[in-house]
Amino acid sequence: MTSLLKDTRIRDTGLQAAFVGSILLLFAVFIVTARANLEAQGLTSGFGFLERSTGWRISFSLIEYSTSSTYARAILVGILNSLFLGAIALPLATVIGITVGVMRTSGNGMAELVGTTFVELFRNVPLILQLLFWYTLLLALPSPREIEPLFGSIALTGRGIYIPGLNVTGGSAFVVALLVLAGLGLSLWAKSKRWPDLQAGQARRERRILWSVVTILAVIALWIGRIPETPLISIPQQKGLNFREGIRISPELMACVIAISIYGAAYIAEIVRAGFNAVPNGQTEAGNALGLSNWHIFSRIRLPLAIRIVMPTLINQYVWLFKATTIGIAISFTDFFMVISTSINQSGQTLELIAILMGGFLIINYTISWVLNRVNDAIKLKGTQLRI
Amino acid sequence: MADVIQPPKDSFQSRIKARYFATRRDTVITVVFAALVAWVLWSLIDWALLNATFAPNAGDICREDLHGGACWSVVSTRWRIVLFGLYPFEEQWRSAIACAVMVAVAVLSCVPWFWSAKRLAPLWVVGFAVFYILMRGGFFGLTEVTEQNWGGLSLTIFIFSGTSLLGMPLAIIFALLRRSKLPWIARTMALVIDTIRSLPLLSIMFTFAIVLPFVLPDGLTGDKLYRVIIGYALFFACYQAEIIRGGMQALPAGQEEAAKALGLGYWHRIGYIVLPQAFRNALPPTINQFVITVKETSLVTIIGFFDVMASGRAASGTAEWNFAVIEMYVFVGLIFLVFVFSLSRYGAYLERRLGVGKR
Repeated sequence: MTSLLKDTRIRDTGLQAAFVGSILLLFAVFIVTARANLEAQGLTSGFGFLERSTGWRISFSLIEYSTSSTYARAILVGILNSLFLGAIALPLATVIGITVGVMRTSGNGMAELVGTTFVELFRNVPLILQLLFWYTLLLALPSPREIEPLFGSIALTGRGIYIPGLNVTGGSAFVVALLVLAGLGLSLWAKSKRWPDLQAGQARRERRILWSVVTILAVIALWIGRIPETPLISIPQQKGLNFREGIRISPELMACVIAISIYGAAYIAEIVRAGFNAVPNGQTEAGNALGLSNWHIFSRIRLPLAIRIVMPTLINQYVWLFKATTIGIAISFTDFFMVISTSINQSGQTLELIAILMGGFLIINYTISWVLNRVNDAIKLKGTQLRI
Repeated sequence: MADVIQPPKDSFQSRIKARYFATRRDTVITVVFAALVAWVLWSLIDWALLNATFAPNAGDICREDLHGGACWSVVSTRWRIVLFGLYPFEEQWRSAIACAVMVAVAVLSCVPWFWSAKRLAPLWVVGFAVFYILMRGGFFGLTEVTEQNWGGLSLTIFIFSGTSLLGMPLAIIFALLRRSKLPWIARTMALVIDTIRSLPLLSIMFTFAIVLPFVLPDGLTGDKLYRVIIGYALFFACYQAEIIRGGMQALPAGQEEAAKALGLGYWHRIGYIVLPQAFRNALPPTINQFVITVKETSLVTIIGFFDVMASGRAASGTAEWNFAVIEMYVFVGLIFLVFVFSLSRYGAYLERRLGVGKR
């Protein structure tokens, strides 16, 4: 027996089998117990419940949804809401973050002070506290009756924010969003694969053609999707106790957008600052020597170099920020996580729903990092120039 | 030597000029931001100090106050709820001492003298035990107060210290397993770590609080609070394991090979050569991880615990105080800011002192 233990090969195999086996055993116990508990409650396991209707309402939805819709539909609504929130908050966080990061590296004492205060204040307070803070402030805005719209078209009320919108169907808006995404993807692909080999004028011409096609197609899509017998642009109007027409942004969505973009911006600002600090001074000095303006030195030299340096860190940050959108449940914003948790309460199909939640986040997060890694590949310096 | 010409000393004025008024554009930026800062500072002072009501039990005065100043009365009246939650009034001194002990433990672990497992581990274990005995009671003539009545800042500190105490050893184990030479162990551990890292903390917490009793045999479920702490610790461990692994990867391979050549066994190599140096490399991100953990403890509010945040909401949630919610959030935010800001400053100081990244 002792000789068996001393044989490293046998010992290694045994150790590995024991480790993997114990983890598998743990999962087996989970599944068996859950089955037993389900049967005790008179429920059946499996994904059949997805076809049943939910019977509860969802306050904010991008697609058609009613209480008689199925669980599958409710989960889809949740996923779309999460993606929608991420699609607004993440770019916004990037813009604010880069601005603050630039302020902190500008060399101007006052701008640095403001930037530093912003970062330290918003990075060191929990996100959920910031979210509740903004939500309370938004709810405390005056009621629709007492308010005079800004520029006659924007109204900040305690019931939501009203802005002008287009009278088009949701489907055509979705098509337009897809078109813009496709245009961006195509131009990124061309930027890394095709345009470097072309002459500058040729590349510029191709870019113009690409975006003109996208614009024309988008306009056509909007024209087809027009809701008949309404003006093209709908402007919020006071009617009785509330506003009609236009687009209403609910306080929940607005609070989530503000909180996540500001919290994310504080982190992104730090990353961007590190990137700017890593750009060698020689680059700026060379730009000065060539007589470039300050704006050109910033936009053509320092910013692209800094973004290239910090891109891998930024990718992790986006994945992390997207996970942070689940915080919306604190103020009942119906995102993916909230739909799942409500479904668990209502249907009792715990294991299946947790599996959907985990699978969903794995897919979304891997997609975000895959797409951004392709962006990274497209913009990073190519082999022969790698001198940073 | 006499020929050496010293560069001209920067005068105060020239430094101010270079920093704030270097070009015309800089001057404009400085003036605009200075105006912004002045405006924000003035409205803040106006709201928080000049027009504010500080006296306790002055809710009625606040309601009639037309200046629109802050009503700190809600804090001076109900601060005990924020700090101690539902802990019995006569016993709150115990909760206060317990918190002070745990904060002292955290401060002491920042002193370099304690930076070895032989000193740090007993410090935390003893500190945690003292905290638990003081809070829970039932010994030495202290009346028993069960976990259901814990709350406020003391609950936040309990969750944080429990997470760190459980999570750190777990992180070391995870990192070692992930680095294991046995492929199946390394791969399985990598899969587990990556999966947990790609999930939101909220879903892990939710799973441990609400789903776990459902999939565990009866008798193994335990109290909800402890399940949540275990969930937190697991999440913390997965992130911290990657940080430690990063620290290990930064070690030159020669270190471990030299130890092997000297005939040291696995545990000696890990305990005396690899881990101490890995932790030194990984110190700044580790502090950063603790900063994030402190902030994330506030998520327990969502699954119904009365931590410092939920207690703050509860304290201003009654009909008497419901107009002073913002003041309460500011107060809770300041509590977090004090802890988290000092921790992150300490991390920045360490980074400079160790010169990690500059070598």
